[in-house]
Parts: sequence; C-alpha cells; structure tokens
Amino acid sequence: MRLAVLGAGAVGESVAELAGEYGHSVTAFADSSGAAVDADGVDVAAALSRKAETGSVGSQSTEAALSADYDVLVEATPTTLGDAEPGFSNVRAALERDRHVVLANKGPVAERYDDLRDLERDSAGSVRFEATVGGAIPALATIEDLGPGRVTAIRGILNGTANFVLSRMAAEGLGYEHVLAEAQDLGVAEADPSFDVQGTDAALKCVILANVLSGGGYTLADADVEGIEDIPGSALDLAAEDGRTVRLVGEVDADGVRVGPRLVPERGTLAVTGTMNIVQLETEHAGRLNISGRGAGGPETASAVLSDVGRLPPLE
Amino acid sequence: MAAVSEEVRAFTVRLELVDEPGELLRALEPIAENGGNLLSIFHERGNVTPRGHIPVEVDLEATEDRFDTIVDALREAGVNVIQAGEDRYGEELAVVLVGHLVDTDLSDTLSRVEDCGGVSVSDVSLTAPDGTAEESAARLRLVASTAGRDRALETVRSIAAEKDLRVIEPLADGGEA
Repeated sequence: MRLAVLGAGAVGESVAELAGEYGHSVTAFADSSGAAVDADGVDVAAALSRKAETGSVGSQSTEAALSADYDVLVEATPTTLGDAEPGFSNVRAALERDRHVVLANKGPVAERYDDLRDLERDSAGSVRFEATVGGAIPALATIEDLGPGRVTAIRGILNGTANFVLSRMAAEGLGYEHVLAEAQDLGVAEADPSFDVQGTDAALKCVILANVLSGGGYTLADADVEGIEDIPGSALDLAAEDGRTVRLVGEVDADGVRVGPRLVPERGTLAVTGTMNIVQLETEHAGRLNISGRGAGGPETASAVLSDVGRLPPLE
Repeated sequence: MAAVSEEVRAFTVRLELVDEPGELLRALEPIAENGGNLLSIFHERGNVTPRGHIPVEVDLEATEDRFDTIVDALREAGVNVIQAGEDRYGEELAVVLVGHLVDTDLSDTLSRVEDCGGVSVSDVSLTAPDGTAEESAARLRLVASTAGRDRALETVRSIAAEKDLRVIEPLADGGEA
C-alpha cells in the first residue's frame, strides 16, 4: 500500500520509518509546517533529517500531501477536542477521494464518531483506528473478533502517565507533586500534564471503546471524568493497609463511560505498574480477557497503525 | 454448629405490603417480637408491584435460628414475604474519602451512609498527617446487600458532593474488589 502520513510526531515518524519493513511505501509525509511528496516513495530518512535541521519534513504544502497519490491516509496529527480539526478534515478529504484512513489521532473517533461513519458509508475507503486505544495493545481487533455485541463491559488502565504517578506514589510513599516532577524529568509526563492527570486522555479512549461497542453516539461530553491531581499519599496508604491500591480506571458498560481513581486489589490484574496499560474485557461467552502492554511510544503505536493498514481490503 | 447458630448476622427480607395505613407496623412487629434487631427499612413507595403492592426491604440482625422463626411469624401474620435471607449482607466494598473529613462531621457522614439501608459500616480508618484542621483521608469498609451496594455508593457520592469531599470508589459491579 502507498501511505500518506500526516503528522511527524513520535507516532507519524515511526510509521514512516517502519512502513518499508511492512511492505508499504510512503508517498507523502507531512507535519504542521510542510510536506514531502513523491509518487515513487519519499526518502523518509532525508525528510527526518530535514525536519531536524529546518523544523519541517519538506517544502511542499499539507494540501499537496492530501492530494498526493496514496491508498491509505495515516492521520497522526495531535489529538484535538470539539470539532477535532484539522484531523477531521484530513480524514474527510481522504474518504471523499475513496481512500482508506487509519487514525492514531483520537479526536475524530472520540468526538465525531457518527460523522466519521457517515463519511465512510459514502466512500469506497474504510476507517480503522486501533492505535487510538492502548497503543500497542490490540484492543479493537480483539473486540472485532469477539463481536462488539458480545462484549458486556470494558475496564482499562489507559493512561501511562497517570499510572506511573499513582504506582510510584504507592511504592515510594511520595507525594503527587514530587512524583509528577520526577515523571517530567524522565519524559513520562509532558510539561503540561493536565490532559493525562485530569483523565481526559483516558476518557477519550473509553469514549472510543463505547462508540465501538454501541455503534456510536458517544463524545467526551458523555463521559463522567475525574482525575488524580487531588489524591494525597495518605489515601494510597489507607488503600494499601487494606490490600488495595488506587488506579485511574476507565469503565465502559451499559451505564455509559466513567473515568476516575478507583480502588483495585493491590496484586490484582488491573494494578499494572509504571507506564503499562491494560484492557480488561467482560464477554458473554468467553469470560474475562485481559490484554496488557505498552500504551504509548512511537514504534509501539506505529505497530498498531501498520497492523490496521494490513487489515484493509485492497482498493479495486 | 451450635456456635454458628448463636452468631448474630445481618439478613435482608423483601416484603410486599398492601398500601394501607398500619401495614408497615404490622409487618415489623413479628421481627421485634422474635428477637430481631432492625437495621434499616427501605420503603420503595415509588415502585409499586403489578398487583398494586409496595415492596419493602428490611435489613435486620438475628441469629440464624431466630431469623427462621421471624420469617415463619411474618408469614403466619399474613405478610407477603418475597425473599428472605438469600440476599444476605454478602458484598464487602471499600471506599476512600479525601477532604476536610473532620470539619465536615465524619460521624454524621458515617451514620448517613448506614441510614441509607442495606449497608453497614464495618470498619473506618482515618489518617490526618497534617492535623485534623487540614485535609485528611478515611477508608470505609462497608458490608452491603446486593441492592444495598448501589444505594450505599449513591449515598456516599451525594454526601461527598455536599461536603466537598472526593471519593475513591471501588470498580463498578463485576470488577475485582
């Protein structure tokens, strides 16, 4: 397949770098300020060194990337809320050209799922978005295999930053601010960690899961979201005395979407440590399934994108 | 086995009452007369059965022997007993509250949780590392009937909202506790 990769952050960069290994070529590669387009295949290494020097992968416009020859548009621009732009318009442009779309950007799938499916219905292209939930974890593929109607509830630890902070607080008896500063030093937390520690990122992933289970209808506004910023170390101590610990858990079931700090058994399945993620599915006939793994990271998330590309049907 | 039957345990009885004055009192008399200790009564007035009866859930403490006597006495008195004992206080759950717990009257918080019906607070652990004037955290261990679990959590949430406390809840029903 020929890929147009939009977004040159950690994920977009890894998709472009790994595409060849998966048997694909990159015919367009764009970041927020420019694009490299070549029908015979963009020289990814050259584009990335150009980006390191000048700040952009190429001198052409994003529009040039959108109108290039490609089979699959990989939408890996930063997640935006509300109208989910510019990601949504990029997806629209590809579907209107009857091209496939694979998203790593959560915005369009969480905030405009129904619009996205409408566009897909009128297109010869398909939309896939494994990378939006749990990074490398094949959560959506597993749900697809089981049948969304046979999954009755989903619980998950879907934000590595929040999980790192809570598990370090519990293990070291340190306060929130201290551990957060450490996480920022390690590059586990962003300079502005609010998206992660306020629960928004985990909630977007849960909203996507809810949309998949119920065929749409959910946006971030439907989720009941609480973060971890106000949790004192003493609360973790009390939980530990009782054989429990606190994790930022997302829960998706018939009652809707809830994300917040929850008490879980200290040695239970959900109490993954560090930046690990886990998705726990309750199913009608298959019991409980747990899939854990790396929920973020360039190559990890790119592997989910490229698995999606591999699942796409050929375009005539 | 004698030791077991002497042990006082909590039970739940579901009754259906005719919507007439004095019915509830008539239903409660056999409980008190036979040595049962009433814990709570949950009167679902808004939830009338197809036969026009009002479901009532009564939580009580008694030894197992006395509980059997109470159920027999209720039936003899013509009270419609839908379910007895099966819905025993079986579910343990824990919540952690964070905030100005002492200033907002912790004992009031606890008694309101117990008053919601179908739940008893089995253990409370409070920690106030910076003194009681600062924020503190408390772990509540609750024992609830299946129906009492949701009610207890609802009650905890509404008290917390009113008193500006944060609640760290257990997972929703079905998750590891």
